[in-house]
Amino acid sequence: MSHNAYITEETVEGADEGPLAGRTVAVKDNISTEGVRTTCGSAMLADYVPPYDATVVERLLDAGATIPGKTNMDEFGMGTTTETSAFGPTENPAAPGRVPGGSSGGSAAAVAAGEADLALGSDTGGSIRCPAAFCGVVGIKPTYGLVSRYGLVAYANSLEQIGPIAPTVEAAAELLEVIAGPDDRDATTRDARENGTDYEFAAAADGDVDGLDVGVPTDLVDGADEGVVETFRDALDDLESRGAEIHEVEIPSVCHAVEAYYVIAMGEASSNLARFDGVRYGVSGGFEGNWNESFARAREEGFGEEVKRRILLGTYALSAGYHDKYYKKAQDARACIKQEFDEALSEADVLASPTMSVPPMEMGESLSDPMTMYLADANTTPVNLANLPAISVPAGETEDGLPVGMQLVGPAFGEKAIIRAGSALA
Amino acid sequence: MSERAVDPEEVRHVADLARVDLDDEEVSRFAEQFADILASFEQLDEVREVEAEPDLANVMRADEVEESLDRAEALRNAPETEDGYFKGPRVS
Repeated sequence: MSHNAYITEETVEGADEGPLAGRTVAVKDNISTEGVRTTCGSAMLADYVPPYDATVVERLLDAGATIPGKTNMDEFGMGTTTETSAFGPTENPAAPGRVPGGSSGGSAAAVAAGEADLALGSDTGGSIRCPAAFCGVVGIKPTYGLVSRYGLVAYANSLEQIGPIAPTVEAAAELLEVIAGPDDRDATTRDARENGTDYEFAAAADGDVDGLDVGVPTDLVDGADEGVVETFRDALDDLESRGAEIHEVEIPSVCHAVEAYYVIAMGEASSNLARFDGVRYGVSGGFEGNWNESFARAREEGFGEEVKRRILLGTYALSAGYHDKYYKKAQDARACIKQEFDEALSEADVLASPTMSVPPMEMGESLSDPMTMYLADANTTPVNLANLPAISVPAGETEDGLPVGMQLVGPAFGEKAIIRAGSALA
Repeated sequence: MSERAVDPEEVRHVADLARVDLDDEEVSRFAEQFADILASFEQLDEVREVEAEPDLANVMRADEVEESLDRAEALRNAPETEDGYFKGPRVS
């Protein structure tokens, strides 16, 4: 019980009956829970208690789930290791001494350690899939618009989705069924039924991959760690032996995904996090001097280094004279990546790659060099830029016993395809 | 790795725009790190322009009065309040 998976352990009981009755669902601490503090892993919100529930929390409780607490995370979702949390790092239960991945590291660690049956995370550039891969559990980043973001404290709205983390694909699919669906309070939600499918996700977890066409984007495999690639190839062989057809595809523009992702995410973050001025909530900057001085003091005190770094870089990339050079180019890259994914998915049912190109890092290893940490997101960020659904399922372990995840990407609203494919492995 | 550092004055200027106070140590660390990060962002120059079809649509709803937070709830997290209002710093 010492993985530091939770920031706040406080139980919220759901309805007596429902599809999640008798099960515990840990909730990432950037998802609002009425009456239970929601810190986003930040000193800025250490005492913030939301006056309302996020839509997904309402749906969990209506479905009978018990919430055992709020899970640790990189501050405001900004990190790949859960080490930027103001509440200390989380340790990986599946790989002692190593990071659980991030930013939803607490959620994945809680599930991996059996401290919760299921968990919710949020994924802006891989923050569900990375910790799922590193902790040896399953995580789904839904199609943009499938799940309501109402009550999710925003980091980069155009990229992020709330999604499930679970020990098995079927359990993740059951949780996704509960939280998915349109919401009047999030105008970016869309109804799966109006997009050629339905919400019967758990039924798709039948493990039947006979005849499934699996494309492997070589651009996401070349350059990955050797032990990771070996484990990934073994899992592909497993799918092939069950009747899946494997062939290579190309998505050349993914080589720009990390840069495009960080320009867009930091730009959106610099605007979103402007709300933290210490007046309505958060750390107060006091009343000395004018309001600019007070706000700057509040933000110096309340934000950690990674958050400051991203706010500054985002402000820079959007400032006069640099907008066309960085932000507009990043939007071009996003459109390009999206188009190439659509083309690749016209020749395959799902696309498979390692979720992370490296195994879980040792704790403390990646904090000193931000660029190294950003590059670890090479395989997950393209999916957010393309608004597509993706699942990470355990593919096995490296020779050193470190968990490796396989990422399966589907077409928009193709959750059932990735659930079906993933359920052959976990 | 870093070929050059960003001018520390530029870091201070951006921090000022973003309303974030930084200490001297943070300024020099960021100046060094930003060189690497911005150099990588510059690789976006190679990206080709594509004809993007934006799948954006305006989503409208009727402007009707609905239940909302009461004043006490809305003020509950404020560091300071006065007479039922948020208390903010002086404008100038």
